[in-house]
Amino acid sequence: MNGFASDPKTMHSSSRALLDVRGLKVKFKTNRGEGTAINDVSFTLRRGEVLGLVGESGSGKSVTGMSLMGLIENPGRICGGQILFDGIDLAKLSDLEMERLRGKRIAMIFQDPMMTLNPVLRISTQMIETVRAHDDVTLVEARRRARDALGQVGIPRPEERLDAYPHEFSGGMRQRVAIAIALLHKPDLIIADEPTTALDVTIQAQILSEVQKLTSEYGTALIWITHDLSIVCGLADNVAVMYGGQIVEYGPVAEVIRSPRHRYTDGLLNSVPSRNRRGDRLRQISGFAPSIFSMPQGCAFRPRCSFADDACHQTPPLATHGNHAHRCWHPISSREGLGS
Amino acid sequence: MNPAQSPHGALSTTGRSPDVLLEGRNLSRVFGRKTDLVAQALIKAGLAQPPKMLRAVDRVDLTIKKGEVVGLVGESGCGKSTLGRVIAGIIDPTEGELFWQGCDIRSLSSAERRQIKLGVQMIFQNPFASLNPRMTIEDVVGEAPRIHGFIQRSGKSSVEYIDEQMRRAGLPPALKSRYAHELSGGQRQRIGIARALAVQPEVLVCDESVASLDVSIQAQIINLFMDLRQELQLTYLFISHDLSLVEHISDRVIIMYLGRVVEEAPVEEIFSHPNHPYTRALLAEIPRLETTKRRFTALKGELPSPMSPPPGCHFHPRCPHAFERCKLETPQLKEVAPNHVSACHLNDAGQGI
Repeated sequence: MNGFASDPKTMHSSSRALLDVRGLKVKFKTNRGEGTAINDVSFTLRRGEVLGLVGESGSGKSVTGMSLMGLIENPGRICGGQILFDGIDLAKLSDLEMERLRGKRIAMIFQDPMMTLNPVLRISTQMIETVRAHDDVTLVEARRRARDALGQVGIPRPEERLDAYPHEFSGGMRQRVAIAIALLHKPDLIIADEPTTALDVTIQAQILSEVQKLTSEYGTALIWITHDLSIVCGLADNVAVMYGGQIVEYGPVAEVIRSPRHRYTDGLLNSVPSRNRRGDRLRQISGFAPSIFSMPQGCAFRPRCSFADDACHQTPPLATHGNHAHRCWHPISSREGLGS
Repeated sequence: MNPAQSPHGALSTTGRSPDVLLEGRNLSRVFGRKTDLVAQALIKAGLAQPPKMLRAVDRVDLTIKKGEVVGLVGESGCGKSTLGRVIAGIIDPTEGELFWQGCDIRSLSSAERRQIKLGVQMIFQNPFASLNPRMTIEDVVGEAPRIHGFIQRSGKSSVEYIDEQMRRAGLPPALKSRYAHELSGGQRQRIGIARALAVQPEVLVCDESVASLDVSIQAQIINLFMDLRQELQLTYLFISHDLSLVEHISDRVIIMYLGRVVEEAPVEEIFSHPNHPYTRALLAEIPRLETTKRRFTALKGELPSPMSPPPGCHFHPRCPHAFERCKLETPQLKEVAPNHVSACHLNDAGQGI
């Protein structure tokens, strides 16, 4: 379990964070007006660290992942902040420079593996193409690497399966193939956007156990984007809760789960069935998340929050206590948290 | 409708509590290509292969009592949705009998069958696909009660009726002139619920009804289901792969694997004393808030194709405890504790785990 902290790669790398996102801002300009999808998002990530990025649809969690990959396209644009990856600001790179990094040092896994895989090409073709996009190696060598990657994610008989088409795999196996492709270049950072949401519990557990092995073996940093707090609980070191385009709470998983400071995090945790007595009404958050085109002024959670008052019309600053940060004018005090 | 008229009906009431609302006995549903006379002759003569059949539901017994919430759990492809559709009367079982309040449904006239079908309504997974995009909310909610004569084509009383259904589902009636695409996912699911309630059903079959919703909206819809249960004395068949939700809402839980029921018990019993190795594996793999930084351990393999299920116990290729007999003989559901049945050979061998 301590493989994450005592990983050799972590030890001999400098204390500098692998990823340092500072004040990131992404806007989308459409005929409905200009909407701010991400507003002042900052976080850091060390090698071998797993960060859970939690939020509901429209909270900006996927856009955060996409901007790290340089995948924000018109009508969206990054209009502020820095994404320092190993000291390089990704937000300033040209398309060509980004292309050299993407897939090589940063890789992404999507919710639907069919988005990653081309349905009319064999897995081998797609994997060999990925290998040779960055490394000048022979076909034989590229094929060997592809086969090894398939074996690594637990696909039985990788040599045979290599020549299959995506439709010949089950959903769970396809997601493994997508992960294998992400692993081909042993990237420093993997961004996984809801990769197990569409899968069954037993298959989800298989994928999670493969991912855990990989982060501890290679010191790969991982950002796991999900709406499911309980997965993050089992997997991540730190968790960032997003709401309305901002990180409203950030901290070590155990601490955030045990004593959340933000009212939204608290509401989410309380609505989980296991935190309610069986058969009782769940403690719910009323209302629904705002659209990026009609974001409430000040704290975005204000209209759904029972503690909101006049102060909440101003955007709350990020208040930090040790490594636990939150954006709330009326945070839950640790005493109150223990009482509930 | 008198149970005594039907021999099956009389049978079904003996030894069972009289509040059984719905009972399925030996239900199977097989999908496959239909063979015409020529093809049948060719198959008989050995000149053609019989078409491949998919046994989505394989000899399942199921009872639902009035007012209870039955959770039906399984992985995708295990047949839980097909079973839900059979129960809701959307598709007919290939084999087996379905009883409504002790009456064999096949013995009824088509008008009576229609009444029963109205009594069991289904709420679907995807509120984006299950609502007609070209109908206003009022039409969506009002169509069925109009056709089945619950309300007039128009008039004040029918407007009030529709408003009432929308309010029950937590929708402001002001939305009724809108179209589904104008609403959020949570609101759309509420329309699906209002539409089901509009024909005054007794049973709701919820097929993954909250799976596509956001976490905070999920809690709202689950609360709505629980309120409606109180208010209208509804009975639920709650189909889901989310065990923590099922644990919260159900009275009794049925676990399916590849078309068969492998375990069934009251909810406290199944979560505290799971018997079948598959149930135990499922329970072990629920991610929970209480366990941080755990090591995920995985059950090996995947659900085999239902086109060619493994012989014997369907679960044996993935089961850590499988032995010779599991490959040969299909285990039967046997009582392992009061009201708790499980289909596993280990229980016979006296080494129940």
